[in-house]
Amino acid sequence: MATTRILEWLGRVYILMLLAFLYLPIIIMALMSFNVSPFYQLPFEWTTEWYASLWQNNQLIAATRNSVEIAVITTIICTALGTAASLGLYRYDFRGKKFLQALLFPPIAIPWLITGTAMLIFFFGVGIGRGLHAILLGHVALALPYVIVVVSARLQTFAPELEEAARSLGANQWQVTNRVTLPWIMPGVIAGGLFAFAVSFDQFVVSYFLSTPGQTTLPVEIYAAIRKGFTPEINAVSTIIIVVSMALMLLTARFFKFGGEK
Amino acid sequence: MAVQIAAASRSGLRSALPLLAPAYLWLTVAIFLPLSAMVFFSFMTDLPRSGKPWAFTLENYAAFFSQSLYLTLLVASLRLGLEVTLWCIVIGYPAAYVLAKVLKGRSREAIFLLVILPFWSNGLVRIFSWAMVLREGGILDTALNAVLPFKINIDLMYSYPAVIIGLVHSYVPYMVLTCYLTLQAIDDSLIEAGRSLGASRLQVLKRVIIPLSMPGLVAGAVLIFVPVVGSFMEPRILGGRTGTFYGTVIEDQFVAVFNWPLGAALSFILLAVVLVILAVTSPVLRRAA
Repeated sequence: MATTRILEWLGRVYILMLLAFLYLPIIIMALMSFNVSPFYQLPFEWTTEWYASLWQNNQLIAATRNSVEIAVITTIICTALGTAASLGLYRYDFRGKKFLQALLFPPIAIPWLITGTAMLIFFFGVGIGRGLHAILLGHVALALPYVIVVVSARLQTFAPELEEAARSLGANQWQVTNRVTLPWIMPGVIAGGLFAFAVSFDQFVVSYFLSTPGQTTLPVEIYAAIRKGFTPEINAVSTIIIVVSMALMLLTARFFKFGGEK
Repeated sequence: MAVQIAAASRSGLRSALPLLAPAYLWLTVAIFLPLSAMVFFSFMTDLPRSGKPWAFTLENYAAFFSQSLYLTLLVASLRLGLEVTLWCIVIGYPAAYVLAKVLKGRSREAIFLLVILPFWSNGLVRIFSWAMVLREGGILDTALNAVLPFKINIDLMYSYPAVIIGLVHSYVPYMVLTCYLTLQAIDDSLIEAGRSLGASRLQVLKRVIIPLSMPGLVAGAVLIFVPVVGSFMEPRILGGRTGTFYGTVIEDQFVAVFNWPLGAALSFILLAVVLVILAVTSPVLRRAA
């Protein structure tokens, strides 16, 4: 038994080391955004000037506005289309249903580099072109499968008898959906929406290929800035992004357990 | 009977269509048509809309096979994917085991969330954060020199190990997640039975735990290997000049060299490799899901 206890103790220490590996770089990056030295030199001296200078950087502010707008619109479109598709897949049986479900896999599994360059070629070829509208078109497609998967998972816990009961009590299809099904799957819909927001807000690769100099998103701006050289300003804006995206995911976890607990 | 079922399923499709059509149309326009178009363009000399004359050609694929550079880079990317995947297994699997079998209740839930939380945060920013740690005069350098009695220069930035570290950091939560799900499903009584029948801890691990958690391991490996082979941003930021891989060459064709047809051919070859990997592993993946 003593061995077991020692092994368990070692296991806990190991997990803490893994957490340190995962979080230390991020914490250091965040700390450096509050350091006076523009060359990241120690000793550490507190300042918020890099955050203040972010407000002067019009390019970054414009890119941030684009990122938020695209993420919000992506969320709205994806929750609407994704929830409808999930209901369609849940309610009806038809030939080819398995195929339609399998089609959701490639957008998730194919590397974004391939999807992104393919979109660039196609959008250019058919005259859609590049820019914010193209980025939106791409983001919705990337996030849709996630929403459908999350909402479908929630639908699995729904008893179809409830819909039948409502129908036999005289409710029409619209009422059944609105008053019975939707309230039940709402946590899944909200989680799916938050997922869509996160996918869009954090998306870099596809946005990168579809952006034009005036029409970019925040991650694309940051990538360009990193390649020019590191500045504490990048640390500051990166810190803001990481706090926002982690907060979003914590919020999502409240609505949707990642299949973690029984 | 069969006719009836066929009729029912056809009417099922008719009722389902209004719900399904918007989502699948969107996916078609933004994913499936572009992927098909990419194949098409990869056989062209130039883009039709560029104003220049164009024709069909096999030149782009000939370039891949005749110049050893591209094949070498593809092999380098595959090797990178393999190394990162192995590190993720080595680091992630024990962590998944501790989460699934040692920790209990609320602390397990909290730590599980902490482990997978970074995965859903911004990947670009997380790669950038390693630059703070790895560069000369960075935190790793400073910390080691403060502890060690002799002077050493740690400058991992812009090196192959830096790329590996950054990618492992990015993808290890995936391995923890998939392995945790399968490990958690293993009945504790199976482990106890093995132990009480006289098997050592190592034997139980080899004969019971690892075989039963194999679907999670394979799923994690595929989900890590595939995007790593197609990575370009991570090698660019952390690898500098040593960070030339297959992905970065594809990126160059589209944003620097502007040889889109060649880029399309290179992308399609990568897609073919990815699809083969997915097809070979799909039975295991389906079991894991």
